[in-house]
Order: sequence, then structure tokens, then C-alpha cells
Amino acid sequence: MINVEERVALMEFKSKYIAPVGADGVYVINTGDWRTVRPVLDQDKCIKCGICFMYCPVNSIVKEDGKFIIKYDYCKGCGICAHECKSDAIIMIQEAEK
Amino acid sequence: MDGLKEIRLHGRGGLGTVKAAETLVYAAVMDGIYGNSIPFFGFERQGAPVTSFVRISDKPIRPKNRVYNPHAIVVLEPTIMNAVNVFEGVEEGSTLVLNTALKPDKIDIDPKIKTLAIIDANKIALELLGRPITNTVMLGAFVKATGWVSLKNVAEKVEELWGAKNREAVMKGFEEAVIYHLK
Amino acid sequence: MQEFDVINGNKAAAIAAALVNPDVIAAYPITPQTPVVEYLTQFAADGVLKSSMSEVESELSAMSVLTGASLAGARTFTATSSQGLSLMYEPYFRASTLRLPIVMAIVNREMISPQTVWGGPQDSISVRDAGWLQIYVEDNQEILDMIIQAYKIAENKDVLLPINICYDGFYLSHMTEKVFIPEQEKVAKFIGKYNPEHIILDPKRPMAVDPLTNGDLLMEYRYKHLKSQQNALKVIDETDSEFEYLFGRSYGGLIEEYRMEDAEIAILVMGSLTGAAKEAVDIKRKKGVKIGLIKVRALRPFPKERIIKALGKIRAFGVVDRNVSFGWNTGVVYQEVKSALYESGKIVPSVPFVGGLGGEDITVKMMIESIDKINSIEKNHNTVWLTRE
Repeated sequence: MINVEERVALMEFKSKYIAPVGADGVYVINTGDWRTVRPVLDQDKCIKCGICFMYCPVNSIVKEDGKFIIKYDYCKGCGICAHECKSDAIIMIQEAEK
Repeated sequence: MDGLKEIRLHGRGGLGTVKAAETLVYAAVMDGIYGNSIPFFGFERQGAPVTSFVRISDKPIRPKNRVYNPHAIVVLEPTIMNAVNVFEGVEEGSTLVLNTALKPDKIDIDPKIKTLAIIDANKIALELLGRPITNTVMLGAFVKATGWVSLKNVAEKVEELWGAKNREAVMKGFEEAVIYHLK
Repeated sequence: MQEFDVINGNKAAAIAAALVNPDVIAAYPITPQTPVVEYLTQFAADGVLKSSMSEVESELSAMSVLTGASLAGARTFTATSSQGLSLMYEPYFRASTLRLPIVMAIVNREMISPQTVWGGPQDSISVRDAGWLQIYVEDNQEILDMIIQAYKIAENKDVLLPINICYDGFYLSHMTEKVFIPEQEKVAKFIGKYNPEHIILDPKRPMAVDPLTNGDLLMEYRYKHLKSQQNALKVIDETDSEFEYLFGRSYGGLIEEYRMEDAEIAILVMGSLTGAAKEAVDIKRKKGVKIGLIKVRALRPFPKERIIKALGKIRAFGVVDRNVSFGWNTGVVYQEVKSALYESGKIVPSVPFVGGLGGEDITVKMMIESIDKINSIEKNHNTVWLTRE
């Protein structure tokens, strides 16, 4: 706060907008942080039925190069994919502590 | 207890961080000293990071601000340390009370921390309560690490709020917390 | 030994309402006021609270229900915040101009946009000219004590106006500390019974209420309303003394003066940030700075005389506002203090501070820097925006 006159004159704003738009204040919660368990997909057991892909509530399973891959950015570890998998290809393991 | 002690509790929505902070204030008041606490959260829902600020003092406490320079930090859930810098502003010679199954040498601890209390609160909570709600275990560990409030009054309030099993959790937290004095 | 509990501001407000036991309560939940409604309904379910609880579908309904209840001679209570307050603005204005002594706790929350839920008195300050009395408090004990005092002030025959007890969202509403709880019998004795004669919907005393009115009569009603606000100045101070006599706690009435006796400079504050300011005053005093603090408690009616008197010997002052007055480029309390001083005939350099908006914290360190600024000015200074870095 100190030395106010100069500071106010060149007040360094964090935002370039005059109204709350854009991703300025968007309260981004990294839901991947919440996990205590994580799903792991065994590609050898996977029959590529796509059921886990359809059921995942946060779109954390994607189709790449003909395979289904679990992305961990927003996966909350809900376990629905493991529950629905018809071939028991997905298991839930403890999230490793760093 | 002499002078003002500032404490920061880090947890997630649903772990009882806010209630734990209130329990500390209650214990301080019943011990005959002063306390206040405010929580900080954005969205009030499960899983979101929650911080609670507590002040304990032998004199009346007037500021109602957040705590910027804590003398003690309580981490109710280890993965919080990936999301939040729990050591921000920590005072020289502070205390860290940490829920973890790891050994101290495997943990990244700020050098200003001189007293470390380790407890595998998840394990105890799952055993006694069936769910990883760690706040009561952590309260016991906190009392052992700092002694700023009495175990008796913490346990009493915990029993009133959550019953006998949680009181046992406090006691177990107190017994099983391991204290390290760091250089 | 007085009974006490370790509770947060919202619970203190709910307990105060339960001690008063008003006839009708109608409230709608809004963050950060929601726990007040939850506690009240819990108390009602437990039989501790005997009020008629009206579950309404919006704040507009809440104030309308209370207007009707108060017209029927009932004691009433409600609470709200920011958007809820603006939603009820139509009946809110009418409640004061009908001279109904409704008591409403406002859990101060910043007005949107941007989207926010955090604390700040912009909501109640924006409606300060709707004719209600407004008192701003510093801690949970004051919340409880003032809601009780509110009934005595509002129902006083020389006042008869609705009153807001305003406390900061999150900083007080969710802050836990020790609060003494007075005995119900003592509270009942303190506030007595409410017997309205000036306006009532009673079949035994039929009167037409609120007909279409010409300007000449409207002017008379406004004149009397303004006069009652002025009467409230004395009543607020007297009620504080009476409360102290019965319950042992005093807050100074319209304003609280802290270390002002020999002060050369002054800092004026309102609301929960007073706590940090008092710490800063003590720290600077130890370093030899003759700083004093004035806590503005009543915003309406504005305590002009007491402020002029308190600032009599100082050479500079600053006002820390947790709000903005959009057209003035400063906070609101600053404008009101400046306006009061016009009548003193004394021009003193001053500096307005604006900070803590949107729930941002105003720390002891920021208060210390503000005091340093006040100490350094020799003429009026531009608005200083307080930020943490």
C-alpha cells in the first residue's frame, strides 16, 4: 500500500477487463485433487466396448488411437467406470501420496 | 500459554476442518483463556479445500482476520499439500501436525518448522469410525504437539458433538502421534 | 456467573431473536445468513422459540409478511443479505415510512457483480436512505446484545422506526468465539411489551391505513419521520446505558471512542474491521504516535454531534471504508463524516481509505500503514486503496 501517489498512478491491475468476463475470476477447482483412489485400466483385458467412456460423469475417459485411455486431470475417483466395466479391466487403487 | 498463538488448519469439505477449529476455541474458553476462529471456503461442498483459522490467547482477541503467520499448522489430509501451500507465512519455530503414513524424511517440510507431529489419522479414523474423517484424531495429535489447550476439554467437546467413538479417536490421536524436534 | 456459549455470529443472532421471542418471524435463506434461519427453525421445532414461523418463498414475501404482522401489532424479526435485501426493497422502504418497528439483522454481503458471497456492508449501506435505523457491530457479543436493544430502540414512542443490526458476513457470521447469553426473564423485563397506537389493523379500532396522499401531507409525514430519526440519537445512547445497568456491557452508544482523550490524529472505522484497527492503534501508541480510534456504530441516524465533539482536538483523520460511494470516488462513511464536520466550522486534513471489498481481509499491518498515512498528511489526500501487497 505504501507510497500511494505513484502506486495509484500506475495501478497495476491483475485484470484487463472492466466487467467480470473471461476466465478472470473463474473459480477453477482442480477436481483431480480430490481423489483418494484412482482407476487403472488394463488394456489387455479391455474389450473396447466403450461402456466406461459413456458412463464417466466427468468425461475423463477418452478414445485415442482406437484405445480407451483414462485421463487423470479431473477424475475424482468415483469408481463408476470400474463398477460398469464388463470385463473387470478397471481396478481402483489407493492414490499414492507424494 | 503465553501470548497470542495463531493456528491454521487445512482440510477438505466434509472432513470437519471447521468444526475442529471451533472445538479448539471451545476448549480454550473452557480452559479459561480466549479464542476465536473463522473459516475460509469458496464453495461449501464436499472435497473443496477448506482452511480454518484459529487464534488462542491469554488476553482478549480483537482481530477477526485470517491467519497469515501461523505458529502451528494442522494438515488434516495429506493430498491437500499438493493443492495448497500449507506453509505460507509460517513463523520461525512453528509446529506442523500432519496426517500421513510416510516417515518424516520422505516429506517436504519448510525449514521454519521446528516441531513435527506425525500421525496416520486415516488409518485410525477408518479403524474406529469406518470413514476417513480425520478431524478428531488430528485434534488429539495437536494437543500432544502443542499443549495450548487441554486434552480434557477437547475430548469433552468432541464427545458432545460426535459421541464416544470420536472421543476415543482424540485419545488415540494423542497417544499415537509421534513428535519430532527438528533442527 | 453469566451463562455463556462458544458460538458464531449467526447463532448469536438466532439466540437473541429466541430470547426476545417475537410474535412473527418470516425469513428466506441466503448465504451467509442461512444458518440464522436454520437455527430459528430448530429452536421453533424444539419449542424454545414460540414465534409464528412463516416459511416464505422469497425475501420480498418475508418483508411483506412482516409488514402485515407488524400492522396487526406483532413483534417481528427477520434476517437477510445482499441480493435478498435488494429483492425486498419495495416493502423495505414502506416498512419505515409506515413507521413499523420491525427488527432485521443484515448479514452484510457484497452486492454482485462480480459474483460473490463474501462479506462487506455495501448491501445495507446502499439502502441507508430508506428510512431505517442502522447499527453496525464489531463482534458476536455485540450482535446478540444489539438485537435485544434493537427492540427497545425501535419501539420507543419517540422513535417508532424499523432497525437494522448489521454484521459482516463470514468475518462475524461464521466466526466462533465466547458469547455471554443473558437470561430470558431479564431480556423480557428490559424490552417490555409492544403496544402500538400510531398505526394498527384492529377491528376494534378501525383505521384506514396508507391511502393515496397529497404532497402537503406527505411532506408532514417525512418531517415527522426525520424528526424521529433525530430523536433516535438520544434513544440509542440511553438504551446503551440502560443495557449496561441491567447486563453489565456497554458499547458507547452511537459511537465508541478508543484512546481519543489525548489523541492528535484519528482513524474512523465501522464493523468487524474495528478489531484489527484497535490492535494497530495500540501498536502505534507504543511507538509514541498519538492515535485514537472512533468506531461508528450508528450510520442512521448519523451521529453528527458526537463525531464533531470527538474529532474536536485532532489535526488529521482518516476513514477506513469497506464499501464505495460510486459517485464520490471514496467510501460512504468518509462522505458522511466529512459532511458532519462541515457544521463544526473546522477544516482538518483527511484521507479516505477503501479496502476489504468482496471479503478481502484488512490486516493489522494494513491498518498500521493507514495510521502512518494519516500521520503524514498536511492537506486533504486522494482515496487510498488498501491492498495486501
